[in-house]
Amino acid sequence: MAKITYKHPDGTETVVDVPAPNTVMRGAKINNIVGIEAQCGGSAQCGTCHVYVDETCGVALPEMHEDEDEVLYGTASPRRDSSRLSCQLRITDDALDGLVVHLPERQS
Amino acid sequence: MAGRSVVIIGAGQAGSDTAAALRAQGFTGSITLVGDERHPPYQRPPLSKGYLTGATLREDLLLRPETFYPAQDIELLCGDEAVGLDREIRSVTLRSGRELRYDTLVLATGARPRRLPVPGADLPGVLTLRGADDSDTLRARLADGGRTLDLAVVGAGFIGLELAATARKLGHRVTVVEALPRALQRALSPEMSAHLSTEHQRRGVRLLLRREVTELLAGATGEVRALRLNDGELVPADLVVVGIGVLPNVDLAVGAGLAVGDGILVDEHLRTSDPDIHAIGDCARFPSPHAGRPVRLESVQNATDQARTVAAAVCGAGEPYTAVPWFWSEQYELRLQIAGLTAGHDQAVVAGDVEQGRFSVFCFREGRLTGVESLNRAADHGISRRLLAAGTDLTPEQVARPGFDLKHLARQAT
Repeated sequence: MAKITYKHPDGTETVVDVPAPNTVMRGAKINNIVGIEAQCGGSAQCGTCHVYVDETCGVALPEMHEDEDEVLYGTASPRRDSSRLSCQLRITDDALDGLVVHLPERQS
Repeated sequence: MAGRSVVIIGAGQAGSDTAAALRAQGFTGSITLVGDERHPPYQRPPLSKGYLTGATLREDLLLRPETFYPAQDIELLCGDEAVGLDREIRSVTLRSGRELRYDTLVLATGARPRRLPVPGADLPGVLTLRGADDSDTLRARLADGGRTLDLAVVGAGFIGLELAATARKLGHRVTVVEALPRALQRALSPEMSAHLSTEHQRRGVRLLLRREVTELLAGATGEVRALRLNDGELVPADLVVVGIGVLPNVDLAVGAGLAVGDGILVDEHLRTSDPDIHAIGDCARFPSPHAGRPVRLESVQNATDQARTVAAAVCGAGEPYTAVPWFWSEQYELRLQIAGLTAGHDQAVVAGDVEQGRFSVFCFREGRLTGVESLNRAADHGISRRLLAAGTDLTPEQVARPGFDLKHLARQAT
């Protein structure tokens, strides 16, 4: 279980507990959080579950694979150093507990 | 919006996403989602891939957990089906006898596999792959005590080739029979379809092009045993899967007198000829600015984006539907992604490393980019989607220039 904070572009936020072994993407889908589309269902194909990780939250992230890196070149909102695909951020045990992500303006 | 009722017929990707999008966009009226299968809404893409091998589990297949629907105050009726539509009184009758009154009706009835119109097509062991139950049946057969099977696939489209790849991974002998001169002829450029064909053959798939099935023959058990082709060849088959396209489910619309023609006809707001009724997803034919004509698209992207468009319309923010179409397919380790529409192009330029299987085919019509097919080049794909959405002025000459790199171009543009 991990507490994940999704910050919306309008400044509001949604905080939810997401059980392992879900991803940060799935956590948003389960809770019907607007701003994560994940059209490909979480297979690092579409780039519509793009998030900006809040670097001040101090949570260590899994390493980025080449597929994810490639997909992030084509996101609808600009790629930044903090960009990740939320489908590749998997909650295992307490990993990612306290993660804060900012949702981009657009996903598609 | 309070007190208004939306009824959604069809609980696939399009229907389920409409219900979710309505709530996400603040709709407070009643939502009823009706699906003819006994399963809660699930994803279809893994059915021909990871779900068959067991890599994707049943619970991962679900689009949303079962608790989602009550939590969002969405009434989900599984295993029921709309059998009548009365537009006068705005009411849908279900097979169970229940009647649902609506203010807005969304038809997301999907499509069903086309049957093979030859003798023997109904024999046991002849399957189609559309729903989770089909995939369960097929998975059980492919697992069949670890036996190596002769699998015959009719149709070299996406379903057929994905299934061929999965069956090869599982160690079965696979023959694919296709009536057209090349694999994926309707979906892909000659360049990309040639490459994929070679990759399948390299992995042991027997690919028979320009060949038609004329008959399916039974063995001693009464099960299918072989296919007869139009040149007389007999192809042995313990199992046959027919993947020759789908037919849109339009019966309800036809019965109610809505305009139909290979799909339920809708306008740019995805409204049928009755303004209280929308149609979306695989069953709907809509005017596409990317095709320049009405099209019916069978894809997840089209289902999800149309769902959001309709939800926004119900919530009072009606924008025309203009999303850039995109598709993907996975076969072996090959990741194919298509941005835009490539059918009907008159010029194709290949960029990247074809030898290494990492390249994109840029398709142009009258000098304008209409679509890009990318193989293991996800960056090209994503950037192409952006370019197509923005109305790109990328030229064939630019793509053909040595050292062309879409990543570089994208960086310059931002």
